[in-house]
Amino acid sequence: MPSTNDWINNPLGVVEEMFGASQNSSDSGWEAKVTEFFRQRLMEKDAHTWVPSLNDVPLHYLKPNSLVKFRCLIQDMFDPEFYMGAYDTVDPSTKAKVLRCGKYKDVTECGVDLDSANMVTSERQTFYCVPIPGESPWVKESYASTCQARVVPSTSYVPSRQKRSYEDDDEDDMDTQPQAQGHAHNAAAEAQGNGDSKRQETEAPSGQKASSPPLDLNFPLPGEKGPACLVKVYADWDSFKLNDTMEVYGILSVSPALSALSDQSDTSSSLILDPAECMETAEELRVHSPPASLVPRLHLIHTQRLAHNNPLLPPAALEDSAASLASTLGEMVSVRAELLAYFTQLLLGDVLAAEYLLLHLISNVYARRDVIPLGKFTLNLSGCPATAGPAYTEQLYCALQQLVPSAYRLSMTLQNMNQLRLVPRKDYVANRLLSGALQLAANTSLYLDETQLEQGQLDPAGVRNITALGNVISWQKVDYDFNYHQMEFPSNINVLIASEGRSLLPSDCHVHLQPQVTPPNMEAYLGSALTAQSSSQLNKFRLYLTMARTLDYSISEEVTKAVEDDFVDMRKDDPQSISADDLHSLLGVARLLCLSLGQSALSTDAWSRAKHIETLRKSRSEPQGCLNGNEP
Amino acid sequence: MSSPMSTPGGKRGRPSNPSTPASEAATSPPAQRRRGQPSSNGDLPLMPTSPPTDMPDPLQDTSLFSSPRRSVLPSEVDMSSPLMYGTPSSRVDGTPRSGARGTPARQRPDLGSVRKSKQVDLQSEPSAADGAAAAEQPAGQRLVIWGTDVNVATCKEKFQRFLQRFIDPSSKEDENSCLDLNEPLYMQKLEEEVIPTFDMAVNELFFERFPDSILEHQIQVRPYNALKTRNMRSLNPEDIDQLITISGMVIRTSQLIPEMQEAFFQCAVCAFSARVEVDRGRIAEPAVCRNCNTTHSLALIHNRSMFSDKQMVKIQESPEDMPAGQTPHTTVVYAHNDLVDKVQPGDRINITGIYRAVPMRVNPRQSNVKSVYKTHIDVIHFRKTDEKRLHGQDDENEQRLFTEARVQTLRELAAKPDVYDRLSSALAPSIYEHEDIKKGILLQLFGGTRKDFSQTGRGNFRAEVNILLCGDPGTSKSQLLQYVFNLVPRGQYTSGKGSSAVGLTAYIMKDPETRQTVLQTGALVLSDNGICCIDEFDKMSDSTRSVLHEVMEQQTLSIAKAGIICQLNARTSILAAANPVESQWNPKKTTIENIQLPHTLLSRFDLIFLMLDPQDEAYDRKLAHHLVSLYYQSEEQLEEENLDMAVLKDFIAYARSYIQPKLSEEAGQALIEAYVEMRKVGSGRGMVSAYPRQLESLIRLAEAHAKVRFSDKVETIDVEEAKRLHREALKQSATDPRTGFVDISILTTGMSATARKRKEEITAALKKMLQSRTKTPVMKFQQLFDDLRGQSETAITKDQFEEALKALCDEDYLTISGKTIRLAT
Repeated sequence: MPSTNDWINNPLGVVEEMFGASQNSSDSGWEAKVTEFFRQRLMEKDAHTWVPSLNDVPLHYLKPNSLVKFRCLIQDMFDPEFYMGAYDTVDPSTKAKVLRCGKYKDVTECGVDLDSANMVTSERQTFYCVPIPGESPWVKESYASTCQARVVPSTSYVPSRQKRSYEDDDEDDMDTQPQAQGHAHNAAAEAQGNGDSKRQETEAPSGQKASSPPLDLNFPLPGEKGPACLVKVYADWDSFKLNDTMEVYGILSVSPALSALSDQSDTSSSLILDPAECMETAEELRVHSPPASLVPRLHLIHTQRLAHNNPLLPPAALEDSAASLASTLGEMVSVRAELLAYFTQLLLGDVLAAEYLLLHLISNVYARRDVIPLGKFTLNLSGCPATAGPAYTEQLYCALQQLVPSAYRLSMTLQNMNQLRLVPRKDYVANRLLSGALQLAANTSLYLDETQLEQGQLDPAGVRNITALGNVISWQKVDYDFNYHQMEFPSNINVLIASEGRSLLPSDCHVHLQPQVTPPNMEAYLGSALTAQSSSQLNKFRLYLTMARTLDYSISEEVTKAVEDDFVDMRKDDPQSISADDLHSLLGVARLLCLSLGQSALSTDAWSRAKHIETLRKSRSEPQGCLNGNEP
Repeated sequence: MSSPMSTPGGKRGRPSNPSTPASEAATSPPAQRRRGQPSSNGDLPLMPTSPPTDMPDPLQDTSLFSSPRRSVLPSEVDMSSPLMYGTPSSRVDGTPRSGARGTPARQRPDLGSVRKSKQVDLQSEPSAADGAAAAEQPAGQRLVIWGTDVNVATCKEKFQRFLQRFIDPSSKEDENSCLDLNEPLYMQKLEEEVIPTFDMAVNELFFERFPDSILEHQIQVRPYNALKTRNMRSLNPEDIDQLITISGMVIRTSQLIPEMQEAFFQCAVCAFSARVEVDRGRIAEPAVCRNCNTTHSLALIHNRSMFSDKQMVKIQESPEDMPAGQTPHTTVVYAHNDLVDKVQPGDRINITGIYRAVPMRVNPRQSNVKSVYKTHIDVIHFRKTDEKRLHGQDDENEQRLFTEARVQTLRELAAKPDVYDRLSSALAPSIYEHEDIKKGILLQLFGGTRKDFSQTGRGNFRAEVNILLCGDPGTSKSQLLQYVFNLVPRGQYTSGKGSSAVGLTAYIMKDPETRQTVLQTGALVLSDNGICCIDEFDKMSDSTRSVLHEVMEQQTLSIAKAGIICQLNARTSILAAANPVESQWNPKKTTIENIQLPHTLLSRFDLIFLMLDPQDEAYDRKLAHHLVSLYYQSEEQLEEENLDMAVLKDFIAYARSYIQPKLSEEAGQALIEAYVEMRKVGSGRGMVSAYPRQLESLIRLAEAHAKVRFSDKVETIDVEEAKRLHREALKQSATDPRTGFVDISILTTGMSATARKRKEEITAALKKMLQSRTKTPVMKFQQLFDDLRGQSETAITKDQFEEALKALCDEDYLTISGKTIRLAT
């Protein structure tokens, strides 16, 4: 272990040292110095891998007041709070005053002199952060394996059950889970969530006493696990937006004093009429000051915005590391061919559908023109063989989940549509934003399984849910429900709809699946296709998909001209054949086609190829469309 | 805009006392120092020992406005003290008061409940101020606010002078905006329902003037609109203990909380009673009875203690103030006494109050403290921002505050000769062409001038412009609607398919919490003063559509259900989009046939536009170019456009609130001419082609155009543009019931020159033919058509023939009735 212990294990020591130094030199820039110091440290080669991550390490193994990192999504933003930035403490015996620093701490030292003139009130902002919703298991594993922090359980903690070291955890995933009550409770969730169970210990409602209802950690997706965290931000909080994903480095604070529900009944003697008492409902207190053992506080020192959540790529923007990725770029064409072959296999031999699937997976809302999101590419894959039951769509999802960093499968059963909360809603009693399944990070794949839809009636909630899905697809926005008004939040979700007939939801592109092979045993067929991919092969695909998505794109003057001519010609022949909307989608397909080939400018080849596949696709869906007659 | 009262006491004195470095330098320290006091009750020991018949606590309650009040006259001090709540207690009666006979004093828990600032007599020790009970007026003049050298008396004098200068005691004006110390001040005067409360200076003055009047309460001042009017988001530690005004929306109100102001203790041994005032939320229980010297014999008697009302109100940032991508902040607000229950969840309010921060309570068992403060605002004044809207007054001005620089840029933009074109092209740039439609929508965004004719019995004139877009599916109608919806602050977007009549208007529901029936307003009411975008207008059910009739002309909504009968304002512009019934626009049919909407409703639209696929090569090319460019424009270019949208937003908001153009003489003439012309066109054919409604449309459009120019006068150019646009829209929607054909190329090109020439030729030929056969003044349509075709070398279509006939008809040369044509004699 290198000598990083100081700043990782005792970051507050560093902070205090700088604070102390600043007091003598009357140099006020100590705050900037602190953040700069940690930034520098983390910049050092591999330094960030030494910092233990809340995502991988159970909370009770982490040392309080040490530096930890957390890969998360901002789920809610609480009100700013004022705290004592600096204060005097008085030693009761000697009456000596000492100036202390309150930054990066939740609790003050003993004997605060509240009348001191040196008291400085400062402001900080609290964000409620949850792990990135729908994060694929392979992403978690990959991050966990690169993390070099070796954490010994803190000595103060005496686990009530058999101790397991972190290494254990890595090797045998879940067979030695002696978790007492929590296990049975989670069994169901685990069965479907297929075992990203490493963080079970920190899972929210794990068997607490039945008397207190489990705290809802407010994860966007049902069945999610992992710690939620209150991140205290000290600077620049305006630059954060809801649903941002980031990796935060901060000082872990788990002081039991933070739990709001401490017993307060024995204060009658002094007849306290503290305004703070009636200020909040119990509900609100529970939400805003949950027990630190469940929701640790993290005092943010450094953040790393995540442009993507792919552990195989460096987290920074691509320009910085262009050189190292040049080789990957060269390989793109070949990887694309392999991936296409893989998809073709998955889609029962349908090459066209495979190509569209590939384009769909690299789509990304790259800009918005007034209200129109550009770059979205919702794919409706109809004609999914339903005879095989849910197996096909489910297997397909598993295959995709292996490739994308985060994904969520929403089976559109009537029950789900009527009961799930898709749109986040503000709960004014608890004063928080109740999350919904559509509160997803950018570039999450949302897989809508419409084959599960059966006949029945949608209740008003169901209609709202369907509308919300429609809004996400057509405008890439979610209108969060604030009761008195709605607030629009832009989204960037890749929606893939698997259906039998044409979907009832709108889509940018509808491909009817034409299976070339009809394997007798669908499950076995897909299973073998899935397992046939080596992990290195999968990694190549993963890298490819993320890379293609982040490439730049442009259209040269000549090509613009050619496209215009083409459009005018097509219109001349048959004005009905192509409308402005068709041109829109054609341009979208052409863009994705170029990106998928690693090209950053539109070529006439790609243009004609786009036209070609669009014609093929339309010729397929037309009879379908007539049958259904359901215009989007 | 702020009032002198709006800045805290410390600063208020500054104009009179320019040399107050102390107050400057000490701004934050006193505030922050005092905050921490609960644990160190340095000045508390005074309390229990003070005699029960008590002197007013000298150190009590002087933050802000109470300072002048308590400073001078002992009686006033007494009045302002919490000891004086209600009428009762002998002490009150015993207290001499300057003229305020029978008017009970009221405390100001909003000011003093949490922390109290101090006042010192310059010439004596703080304790000597106890003697203020006996002090004379001059003594007061030496009083200053603790920690500053602001002279209390000067402040008071200033305020009194201000009042004398600006209040006419005989008039009962409710609002008084005027200048003192170069700042306007608002005050409410005594009315019954809410006794607006005033400062002691007011009291004194009041009783001086009306020595006989008896008020229910003493007057208290409620300043509003403090200098620091700001967004909730920008509150920061420096605002603590400052008077601030923030706007927001009430999201929750608590039950009424009785807050103890004064505790009543009785000795269990000798029944001696003691009163202890609550100080910063604490009551120091007397340990020893002063009468019998028994220790720990005093017990609290609840029903003889005094309480005041208090209510917690939670407010949340209004959606307009929020940066994109963040969640709204909330703030806790305490309302006291008569401000309790003045606001309901959902109200938009501006509140003025003092921002407080108190440390989290120290848990007695824990030695360390949470280092976090709880913040709240003690309200002094609520102002509902939407209340006036409900009562029909226009009150948009106060909402939007523009910086000087912004106004400057906006004015510069407005001064440009091509501002109209600039703005219309900045509107929805991603949608290609449709210039006139965009211009129409632009004018809709600005709206006309609101005119009130209620005195003459006509009520309000509609100022809002309604627009209907019809056309083929996929012609970006929905995009346009979405864009508008995103552009205006009070916009609503609904789809005809999914909305019901109640969803649009209002419905009654039981509030789950209070079990009261409450009126929930629908889209139309919510978009009052905004734009309601209705997509798929044609798919709306008839019953739903019928509610629009009232809204679109009278701008009100009448509701009579569940025992609630009311009329709500719905001054909303409607931007609707309709698809043709046959999914494709049938050019052979009239607008009405195509969209199957009742003409009663259609006539309420000022402008009806067709959005059709023009099918023209040049258009296609331009369209393609436009679309392609969408796909490769760089981030910076996009940024620029976003900026445009922000400017556009502000431009519209500014013009809507500050520009109220009036018709000029010439413009009036031009409008009359235009109207007469329109009437003439039809009258020749024995039909009415224009109704007063069209004239009103013209006026609205002209006014809106003047607003675009930031002009206070509607001039001829405005009328010209209004005429043009109106004609354009008419042409598109082709309201002529006889031909009923829509020339699609009009949308992009107007009528082509060749077509016009051809028409003239045919008309001339027809006329010549008719002149040659004057003997037969009556002839059949078909026969004439065949004759003309036979004469001409080029083919003449039926359309062209009809056009020619119409032209001659307009010249009063002939009349057409059914299939027969009659020459005019």
